[in-house]
Amino acid sequence: MRPVLVLVDRTATPPGVCRSTCALLTLARRLGPPMAVLCGPSDAASVALLGRFGAATIATIARGELDQHPAAARVELLSHLARRTTPAAVLVASHRLGQEIAARLAARLGSGLVSDAVDLRMGADGPVAVQSALLGAYRVESSVTRGIPVFTVRADAVAPTAAPMEPDVQRVHLNFPSAVRAVRRITRRPAGSELPPELATAAVVVAGGRGLGSRQSFGLVDALAKALHGTPGGSHTATELGWCPRREQIDQVGTIVHPRLYLALGISGSVRHRAAMRHAETIVAIDRNPRAPIFDVADLGVVGDVHRVVPELLAEISRRKAYPMISHNEETT
Amino acid sequence: MKIVVLVKHVPFTLRNLTFGADHTLDRAERPGQLNEADEYAVDQAFRIARRRRDVQITAVTMGPPAAVGALRKALVLGADDAVHVLDDRLHGSDALATAQVLAAAVDRLGFDLVLSGSASSDSGMSAVPAMVAELLGVPVLCFADILRVREHKVEIGRDDGAGLRTYAAELPAVVAVTERCGEPRLPTLTATLDAHYKLIHTWSLADLGIAGHGGATVVRAVTAQPVDRTHVVLADDPTVAAIRVADFLALHQFL
Repeated sequence: MRPVLVLVDRTATPPGVCRSTCALLTLARRLGPPMAVLCGPSDAASVALLGRFGAATIATIARGELDQHPAAARVELLSHLARRTTPAAVLVASHRLGQEIAARLAARLGSGLVSDAVDLRMGADGPVAVQSALLGAYRVESSVTRGIPVFTVRADAVAPTAAPMEPDVQRVHLNFPSAVRAVRRITRRPAGSELPPELATAAVVVAGGRGLGSRQSFGLVDALAKALHGTPGGSHTATELGWCPRREQIDQVGTIVHPRLYLALGISGSVRHRAAMRHAETIVAIDRNPRAPIFDVADLGVVGDVHRVVPELLAEISRRKAYPMISHNEETT
Repeated sequence: MKIVVLVKHVPFTLRNLTFGADHTLDRAERPGQLNEADEYAVDQAFRIARRRRDVQITAVTMGPPAAVGALRKALVLGADDAVHVLDDRLHGSDALATAQVLAAAVDRLGFDLVLSGSASSDSGMSAVPAMVAELLGVPVLCFADILRVREHKVEIGRDDGAGLRTYAAELPAVVAVTERCGEPRLPTLTATLDAHYKLIHTWSLADLGIAGHGGATVVRAVTAQPVDRTHVVLADDPTVAAIRVADFLALHQFL
């Protein structure tokens, strides 16, 4: 049986392995015996967790290049393993680093890539990947016709289930060519240690509007922004009322933002405000008025009082940060 | 310095788009536009050109005859000339096949820097820039939120939610920019009029010396899904609403 390579995502804190990897292993088991590719130290907790989600073998490697040049070194590592083991498929979580790794790996191996798969299954002549296309209006099933199939998987669409195995840990020896050092990291600024990123380039933006009611309540925006490592902002009403500084104004004449997450608190969503934030990848809105236009563009809308919902949300976030493990129902399965 | 910008012609809106009988998106008769992230890429190229005197910007696209619209927009935004790879065999190309054609075109043009948007709005794929770089054998910097070009190297800033990180690579290189790198300027009337006189070259696969062309993936089935729009929850109990929001944030990996 040909193995299925799964690139492991690491966390800095225990258990050392991300939830996304457990989801990937769950899917990989359907295609063949999973081989987890563990970059960095292979501590007992990580190995145990990978074994619990069904990793038959764990290929470990700890080299400085993997940390210094994450994408290029992982492409080199995966292509080395793919040539050595001729796997049935290669699975990578579909975040930014994963997308880059998968694309370069597919180009290097000359094999087909299916990105953002939400489900995988074994078909008659190889793995079949299911994608969700056109804002979820269609399910597209595709398979790879040439080379070793490479899949990037939307791990959030998959519920991890455990299938305990006793993993066989193998150490990989690989000398990285100098080409992996082409891209260097110059600086690294850890999250939360310094000033929040500038509004226009922030990945997470939390904005408040008239619905907050007062300058004191506007502190909720700053608190939530801090909890999510984001940048606070305000609608034009909020800036005109003096609740937040003018440079934090998000609208046509202020800053146009393109964050990955936009949280709107007490903002009804006027045309000039929506023009500046509708490009956000994910929009969450909390407002009292169920007919507020912001709910037309929101991916998740909560009709309720921000003064009651946001403190609860802050409490919930701090609770989850205290227990960063995989959620408890997955823990017991 | 030669900058090649890879651009894509995408449907104006994703609403009511359908799949054709051959499992490809039915784009005919649909109004299209230049992919938004690519607008930013062209604008970034133009910003570099304003600070150096030796810059030549070429916009490259691959697609049906209507894709020339994307090139016209790129010319208005500051590209000096454009290349349209047009061939009947290109219909239904997957990411790898697209990257092979674009890499061949870029290789033929010669380049110091290849820019592109980091994702296309219709397919959501962000694989092509990295694949092009791999095929050209040059370093790639994906998802650049900030772009700076030095004399012999390029630096990018990227914010993945865990703080801003800066990466650098020697030129030649491929850089894919996000929509966070800076709003494109509105083109002046002069630039719009001037764009009519800029050249658009049309190349076929034979011009690029590509004989066999075919994808490495095949679409088996396409099924329509009932669209779930019950995304608005009523917060009768703020705790329940807060947990729902926290679940949503965790699902999208923000927690």
